[in-house]
Amino acid sequence: MDYRDSPAEAEFRDRLRTWLAWRGGRAGSFPASGDDYWRRQGEWHQALYGAGFFGLSWPREYGGQELPPVYDVILDEELARAGAPPRPSLGYLVQGLGRHGSAELRRRFLPGMIDGTQRWCQGFSEPGAGSDLASLTTTATLVQGDRAPGDSADDDGNDAEYVVHGHKIWTSYSDVADWCLLLARTDPDVPRHRGLSAFVVSMRQPGVEQRPFRMMNGITTEFGQVLFDGARVPADQMVGAAGEGWALAMTIVGHEREPAELGYSARYGKLVRDLVSRTKGSTPTELTWAYVQTEMLRLHVRRRLSERLDGVAHGPEGSLDKLLMTWVEQTAGHAALAVGGTRDPDLLSAYLYSRAQSVMGGTSQIQKNIIASRILRLGG
Amino acid sequence: MDARLSTEQRELRDAAARLAGDLGPGSVRDLADADRIARLEKAVAATGWRALRSDGASGVEVALVAEEFARGLVDVPFLGPVLAGDLRPGDAGDAQPWTISVRSEAIDARIQRVLAVRDGQILTARTGAELPGADLTRVSAEVIGPLEVAGQLSGEHAGRWLALALAVTSADMLGAARGAQALACDYARIRAQYGKTIGSYQAVAHPLAEGLALIEGSVSVLRHAAWAVDALAPPEAVRAAQIAKVYCARAALTICETSVQVHGGIGNTWECLAHVYLRRVLASAELFPVGLEEIDCGLS
Repeated sequence: MDYRDSPAEAEFRDRLRTWLAWRGGRAGSFPASGDDYWRRQGEWHQALYGAGFFGLSWPREYGGQELPPVYDVILDEELARAGAPPRPSLGYLVQGLGRHGSAELRRRFLPGMIDGTQRWCQGFSEPGAGSDLASLTTTATLVQGDRAPGDSADDDGNDAEYVVHGHKIWTSYSDVADWCLLLARTDPDVPRHRGLSAFVVSMRQPGVEQRPFRMMNGITTEFGQVLFDGARVPADQMVGAAGEGWALAMTIVGHEREPAELGYSARYGKLVRDLVSRTKGSTPTELTWAYVQTEMLRLHVRRRLSERLDGVAHGPEGSLDKLLMTWVEQTAGHAALAVGGTRDPDLLSAYLYSRAQSVMGGTSQIQKNIIASRILRLGG
Repeated sequence: MDARLSTEQRELRDAAARLAGDLGPGSVRDLADADRIARLEKAVAATGWRALRSDGASGVEVALVAEEFARGLVDVPFLGPVLAGDLRPGDAGDAQPWTISVRSEAIDARIQRVLAVRDGQILTARTGAELPGADLTRVSAEVIGPLEVAGQLSGEHAGRWLALALAVTSADMLGAARGAQALACDYARIRAQYGKTIGSYQAVAHPLAEGLALIEGSVSVLRHAAWAVDALAPPEAVRAAQIAKVYCARAALTICETSVQVHGGIGNTWECLAHVYLRRVLASAELFPVGLEEIDCGLS
């Protein structure tokens, strides 16, 4: 056990610090929250990737660097320290497509996802399918090539495609996304978990309508809503086999719950640092408690990423991490109120935004159900 | 950067857990079983773990044993002698253990010989009359003189010793919380009402799920603090340990209170072990206490 950086890790940290100082100083900094952040998130992603600081642990084949997982902790810590935006929260999509997609799909889509040239969203939740995801009703129906005879497209059956109808909600990034990893029902006649399939659907086509929500803190660019009305997806863009969509969904929501994957630790660290630097005189106890909590999460992510060296499997434990992460964000939200009251628009926004953390990525209630039944074996 | 325990550390933890499981009290009635306590005392003495620190073991090893001993409600001295050992390095050959005094009270006071730290000096004294306290597994006592100077304590050593004391008392709270959590989960799996086990109701299950998350968070802060005792400069080690102490104290209190609640009426009786864990947490929070106002949120 040694929490210190190895020589290689220290060299990486120095290089990152230098780059962040350069970006923050001469090259202009990126906004780290609000609509400005979402507008320029793609630019930030590409800058981070271009400088060699993103996709650190992912396969080289797809543009990663195959570094040990703990490098992501260094990234999170230094981003927080520099007041920079967090790393793009893409890990769960990379894991989902990486684990369930064919070699062909991985080669085609992972590099653009990782380097930030292609933007992605995730089409899971629906108005009637929130916590109970398997009840979703968006359909994808197979149609054989209905192109006119003599069309130049090949005519050997490869032009089979699915037509999508349905309504997806809480789809972050949907209005800037090029691609959607979509969960849809392909077989209505089998038990509901077995009738689902996953697809890579283009968001740049007719039959895709965006109707974003305004969040309660005023942000307009994050909380997407998408209507699919006859959008088309080639059959070879199905991820895994027909009926295997639930397995992919479970991989994704498992990773989506982990602060180690999301990099949110940097966001909370940055907020608490901002609050500390604004405080004159004695520190409110809410802020000190938020500081203790962010330190806990930072150290927790260090432990979790270290454990990955042993190949620890991702299971229901992600729900424990999601609860911890939620408490940290909401404690930091209360600290923002304690420091700024309601008159500072940025701090009020940080507080209001923090309330979503116990809903997004699976509500706290669902996380507790998972922990109680699958880890504690309490029955029910 | 690697936050994992070594194989040897995991083996030490498992051995401590086995000993505590075999000879610690399994019920409130067991607390009065003098034969069991004598067997436990003999077994703990035979391990040599009270001398871990004087034998040069790191804060991580000491914290692992403290955590497992608290989880099993080990009711013979450990924290006192192991912290005394840090003040008397190379004293492992001395068969009779020492304990320490904190704010003029001897802790783990079934031991007669006491070390006190005052103004950079290490003083020797003896334990006197027992003092009232919450803990049913450990006793405190008055310190009686004459105080004799036994050595000097450098500022550096004093800082490291404080960090160790904060880390091991945090470990003690975490262990007790884990014991209380396990007790409550066992009960929730068998106690039935309305024809179903109470653990199957979300109103009971959710606080227990929260408890497990708090345990995981506590493990993460504590492990870093225990490592920092020997690896970081004393001011940084103390800071890490203060953060662990504040976090673990809040988490452990919540978990123990949940355990009492999940047990319902029986949880509020003397016969249920839940209050024995709760009392141990209260005592360890009060030893080397840390308040939020002492935490330095300084920007590094």
